[in-house]
Amino acid sequence: MNSSRQHHFVRRPHDEKDMSACGIIGFINRDGSRVNGAPIRAAIANMRLRGNGLGGGFAAYGIYPERADAYALHLMYDDDNAAAETEQLLRSRLEIEHAEPIPVRPTKTVTDHPDFKRYFVHVKDAVATDPDEYMVRLVMEINAAIDGAYVVSSGKNMGAFKGVGFPEDLADFFGLEDYAAYIWTAHNRFPTNTPGWWGGAHPFTILDWSIVHNGEISSYGTNRRYLESFGYHCTLQTDTEVVAYIFDLLVRRHGLSFEEAAMVMSPPLWSEIDLGGDMAETARKLRMVYGAASLNGPFAFLFGFSGGLIGLNDRVKLRPLVVAEKDDTVFMSSEESAIRVISPDLDSLTYPVAGQPVIVRTYNTSPTNAVAQKEVAA
Amino acid sequence: MTIEAVEIQHVEISAEGLSFRALNEAIRDAVRDGATDIVLTDVLGHRYIGTGITAPGVTIHIHGVPGEDLAAFADGPRIVVHNNAQDGVGNTMNDGRIEVHGKAGDVVGYGMRGGRIYVKSDVGYRVGIHMKGFKEKQPLIVTGGCAGNFYGEYMAGGCQILLGIGRKEGAPIVGSYCATGMHGGIMYIRGEIDPWRLGKEVKTFSLDASDREFLRPILEDFATTFEITETIGDFDHFTKIAPVSTRPYGRLYVY
Repeated sequence: MNSSRQHHFVRRPHDEKDMSACGIIGFINRDGSRVNGAPIRAAIANMRLRGNGLGGGFAAYGIYPERADAYALHLMYDDDNAAAETEQLLRSRLEIEHAEPIPVRPTKTVTDHPDFKRYFVHVKDAVATDPDEYMVRLVMEINAAIDGAYVVSSGKNMGAFKGVGFPEDLADFFGLEDYAAYIWTAHNRFPTNTPGWWGGAHPFTILDWSIVHNGEISSYGTNRRYLESFGYHCTLQTDTEVVAYIFDLLVRRHGLSFEEAAMVMSPPLWSEIDLGGDMAETARKLRMVYGAASLNGPFAFLFGFSGGLIGLNDRVKLRPLVVAEKDDTVFMSSEESAIRVISPDLDSLTYPVAGQPVIVRTYNTSPTNAVAQKEVAA
Repeated sequence: MTIEAVEIQHVEISAEGLSFRALNEAIRDAVRDGATDIVLTDVLGHRYIGTGITAPGVTIHIHGVPGEDLAAFADGPRIVVHNNAQDGVGNTMNDGRIEVHGKAGDVVGYGMRGGRIYVKSDVGYRVGIHMKGFKEKQPLIVTGGCAGNFYGEYMAGGCQILLGIGRKEGAPIVGSYCATGMHGGIMYIRGEIDPWRLGKEVKTFSLDASDREFLRPILEDFATTFEITETIGDFDHFTKIAPVSTRPYGRLYVY
C-alpha cells in the first residue's frame, strides 16, 4: 500500500507456485480455564500447507493475570533508536508499571528478527476520562510517527505474538508454551498483494480486539479512508488491519452490538433485505449508514476479545470456516482436521451460515474488561 | 478371454507423521504391488487421497479426517470415509465412488464429470457446482442431510439428490441461490423449496413414473450403504428441479 516508509525484515514471496491460502484456528475455554500454547501450536501446524512461511502469529487472552489492570503494550522495534524514541513518548504520556523484553529464542528458521518489548502501563489520572480512547490515539501515534516502532498489541491481560515464518516456528521463537490463556487464536499466512513482513503478520489488534483473517479485503481503500476520518491510521500494509479498527469504531465507540457490527461488515444482499423479515429494517439502516465500513471480498475471520470469540464469513462464504464444541471449549477453524489435533472427539461440528456471526462468550466475563462493562451497561 | 478371479490384497497404512505426498506415494506403491483393499488410519488433514489411482477394483478406507480435495480427479477407486470429510471432495472427479459416513464441507463434486458421491449427513456451500454429463458419463451426488447456498450452481449435467434427513424443525433443506444458472442435468430434493431460493433458469416439477424408476435403486443403494432405516423413498414429497433452457445466456451477448 502507499506507505513511503521503509520496513525492515521484509521477505518477498519466492517464485515457486504454492497451493496455499491462509489458515486460521482459535478456541475459547468458556469456563475461563487456561492452557498453554502447545495445543494451538500443534493445531495451526497441522494446516502448514495453507501458508508459505511468510507470516504467522497468535493472540492469547488471560496471559498476564498478575498485571490484569494494566494495558499490556507489545512493541516491535526495528532498531534501538525506535525503542528510545518510543520509550521517551511512553514515559511522558503514561505511568509505566513495568517494562521488560519479550523473551525470544531464535530458532533454525526464525533468525533475522526485530526486537520485542512489553510495557504494562496505566493512563494518568489527568487524562483518564476515556482511557481506552487515549490508548487508541497513542497506538496510532506510535505506528504513524515513530520510524521502526510498531504496536503489536495494546489490550489488558492479553497479547499478540507474530512475525515472519511458519506459525509453529514463531510459537517456538516466542516460547508460547510458557503462556497460559483461555482464548487462543492462530494464523498461518500466505500473503496476497502485500509483502510478508513482521508487522504485516496477523493478528491485527487494537486494545483487546484481535483478528486473524483468511481472505482479501478488496474494500481496503474505502475502509481505510473511512477510518481515517475517525482518527485511525492504517500503517501496517495489510488489508486486515482495517477490520480491527472497524470493530473498535463500531462496538466501542458507536455502541453497536456484535450482531450489528457483523451485519455492517458482512451485509445481507439488497435482494435478501427486500424479502423482509425481522432484521430487514436494521439491515437496511446499517447498510445506508455504514456502507463505507462494509467489507468487500472473500473472508473468514476470527475475532478475539476479553469476553469471547467470534467467527464470521463473507456473505457468500468464499473462505472455509467450521465450528466445533467439546465440553466447555468451542473451536473455530479453516479445517476440521486442525481441531481434531487438539480434540479428537467432539460434541458437535457445524458449518456456519455465511454472513452470520458465531458469537461465543466466556461464562463469567471479567469485570475488569471495559468491553464487557459496556455491554452490561447497554 | 478369461476373467481371472481377483484376490483381495489387504494393506494397512498409518498416516501418522506422513506428509500428504508420502501418504499418497505409499498408497500408489501399494496399488502397484497389487493391493485392492487399503485401510488408512490416523488420517488428519492429508490432501488428495485417492487421486491418480486408476487400477480397477481398489477400495480405500479412511479412518480420521481426510484433508482438502479428497479424490480430486478421481478415476475409479471406491473411497470410504468413516468420519467427516473437508472441502473439495471429488473435485473434477471422473469415475469411481465415494462414501462419506458423516458430513462433507464446501464444494463437493466441483466440475464432476462421472462417478458417484454419497454423503450420509450435511454438506456445505457450492455442492455440485459446474457438474457436467455427456452420454454415459453422468455424475451423481446424493446428500443425506441438508445443503448450504449455491447448491448445483451452473450445473450442466448429471444428477443431484438431497434428502434432508435429520433436518431441524423450520430449517430449510437447501440454502439460497439453489440451481442458479443451471442449464443441464437434474435435481431431486426431498421437500418443498421456497421459490425465492431458486435460480430463474429452472422450474420445479413433481415426480413422474420414470423419475421414480430412476430414483428407486439409487435410494436403496444409499440406504444400504449407510444403514438408513427411515423411509426415504416417499416420492410424493420430492421436488424435481430441471432447467428450462439449455442455453440460458445464449442471447446475453448476441441479440
